[in-house]
Amino acid sequence: MKRRLFSTAIPVLLALLPLSEAWALDGEPYIHDPSTIIECDGKFYTFGTGGGGLISDDGWTWHSGAVRPGGGVAPDVIRIGDRYYMSYATGGGGLAGGHASKVHTMWTKTLDPKSPEFGFKDDTIVASSDGVEDCDAIDPAFLLDPTDGRLWLSYGTYFGFIRIVELDPKTCKRVEGNQPVNVAIDCEATDLLYRDGWYYLLGTHGTCCDGANSTYNLRVGRSRKVAGPYVDNMGQDMLEGGGKLVAAASGRYVGLGHFGLLDLGNGVQKFSCHYEADLDRGGRSVLDIRPLLWKDGWPVGGDNFKGGTFEIQSARSGYALELAVDFVRMPGRRGGFGGFGGPGRGGPAGANAPNGTNGLPSGGLGVNRAPAGPVTPIPLQELAQVSSNWPAGNIGVRLGDYMMRPHQKWVITAVTNAGGYPGSPYFTITIEGTERALAATADAEVVAVPAATGAPEQLWRIDQLTDGAYRIMPKTVPNSRGPLALTAVGASTPTLAEFDPNSDKARWNFTPP
Amino acid sequence: MSKLRRWITLCCGTTIALAFQVRCYASDDTPRTWVPYFTPATSLPKAPDSEGFLQRWLLLEPIDKPNRSNAGFTDSYVRAHLTTNYFTGQFTVLPRNGDKVTVGNEELVWHAVDSANYDVKLFRFAYGLNKRTYGVLFWAVTVVASPRELKGVRLAVGSNSASMWWLNGEEAVDLFGDRRMVADDCVSKRVTLKQGKNVIRGAVINGPGLSDFCVRFIDEKGEPIKDLTLELNNSGI
Repeated sequence: MKRRLFSTAIPVLLALLPLSEAWALDGEPYIHDPSTIIECDGKFYTFGTGGGGLISDDGWTWHSGAVRPGGGVAPDVIRIGDRYYMSYATGGGGLAGGHASKVHTMWTKTLDPKSPEFGFKDDTIVASSDGVEDCDAIDPAFLLDPTDGRLWLSYGTYFGFIRIVELDPKTCKRVEGNQPVNVAIDCEATDLLYRDGWYYLLGTHGTCCDGANSTYNLRVGRSRKVAGPYVDNMGQDMLEGGGKLVAAASGRYVGLGHFGLLDLGNGVQKFSCHYEADLDRGGRSVLDIRPLLWKDGWPVGGDNFKGGTFEIQSARSGYALELAVDFVRMPGRRGGFGGFGGPGRGGPAGANAPNGTNGLPSGGLGVNRAPAGPVTPIPLQELAQVSSNWPAGNIGVRLGDYMMRPHQKWVITAVTNAGGYPGSPYFTITIEGTERALAATADAEVVAVPAATGAPEQLWRIDQLTDGAYRIMPKTVPNSRGPLALTAVGASTPTLAEFDPNSDKARWNFTPP
Repeated sequence: MSKLRRWITLCCGTTIALAFQVRCYASDDTPRTWVPYFTPATSLPKAPDSEGFLQRWLLLEPIDKPNRSNAGFTDSYVRAHLTTNYFTGQFTVLPRNGDKVTVGNEELVWHAVDSANYDVKLFRFAYGLNKRTYGVLFWAVTVVASPRELKGVRLAVGSNSASMWWLNGEEAVDLFGDRRMVADDCVSKRVTLKQGKNVIRGAVINGPGLSDFCVRFIDEKGEPIKDLTLELNNSGI
């Protein structure tokens, strides 16, 4: 949605993107029933109902162009070895009143339709429904079990049961003699994932295909065994209609469904979905990619970071990212007990300047008494009160106690025409009320430069981690061979370093100022 | 508040302040010692401790800097006062144990010590010498020998209160503001440790309260570098 972002070509116009405003992906992300997003030769692919799909260079801007033969509905795709296996369904879905359907699999060496190696082979039926039984074999989804390498496929819709069958990971054909297992009712567009000893069955509840009135929403149950039983947070079996809410309609997006896991590694998981209706795109069905968070062992649908004005707080130390400039005292009343101050701290009362003029206490001992006179609010320190003393050139950045001061308030603004990453455009990070921008340096440090130019080293990728904290990475680090992340190398010192998902050093939180 | 109450408050505050000052500066008859915080440094090379902290230092007896609060330790103030020349050879000479320098009208002595702790307790150093403990400026020097050139390492410092640190004559780490000592609080940019001897100089300023610092080198992953030795044998120990 370019019209709601800002151009890097006019940095002075970079402005706050209202927090209440949201956007789905850029380009033409029109799709229904998207498959799990998958990377192939540096590009992202997803496939939808009816054939075809979307391609993206960066996961932010999407265009049509993916190719899938066979038609039908709701495909899924998985890479095993050097093959991309595709599953899709034909028939059923209640279309024309029928529930007789077939789930197919096929494979190709590449998803790039321009590659000479592109071409799907071995189209095989691996599951079906006869139109009478309590199942409608559509909406397939793969799970390659990381614990034992077995390959599973869930399928089904509201007409009866969601079922799981086992496939041979070498051929993607049905394991001989394997019988379907019923695992859920009252949902469709299911998917399976495994995490920390639990199997999760994600399914879409609600009404599909009714545009702005669709009630599609994403639910989950979990089980210690892939065959179930899958129960929700209340202990209700998904065979009895259970399912804990993961994500639903919000903002201007209606009818969220068709989960697909996009695990980017290093503690960053996202999920693809479609909205039945993007109200800003005329109610069309569109793709989105959002953070996948985990809380108490349950997946939670996160929201893409939208920018705003924040304290940027280090998870390591709790200190705030700030310009390395002189701390300017506020004129507020001093309290405390005067004199030399308590051991180890130097109390603020009686605090004279270090050049040592007088140090008599102004607050006295009356801190526990109600004031005799009126109590008047003290305004926060403003930029104009301090910025004239800031150096004109580059200013270092560091971490310090957050004091709501101008040198600690950062405006994070989405920019357009600068590319992006799965689910989001890049951002600039500037001091509120100024053009002073956070930038990566050639020696892999961070600095605040005087002017936001939109240069690649001033653009930042902000990914929410599964625990809710954020990873902040520059788009480019001059002379760097690999991606680096903003990292608290010391309690009070930021730098750029390889991201360590097992440490709080590179975890950050955005707190309203 | 009435004028009378304000006057009483002012008097009480002044009395308390003076009481603090008397208690902090008054000498007493109790024999003072560095034990258990320091021992005299030996001529044998000393490795960092198990966490990489550097425990062998030449410490100069405190310079009088009568700040009664740390509230004004801004970047500008600390930089101005820690880059001031207080004695000859301050940034160039590698002192020897027992060397004396003159600051103003005062003669101060360098002491080569091994800290028993990971941190160097400057307050205890001064207290043990029966020197002033509040409103002080400390200088510290050590020599780190590296068996090989180490690129991309960082000098990691914690100090109470503000401090500045130089590695081989280059400013490396600054800790501004009213700081509490936290290990790895402020960290230098990536620097290179030369093969052989590297000189670290530090200056710590404090008003009231305990003064101390801790210093170590860390690698790109933040892990301590222990394959070093501290050698002050050029210092005449």
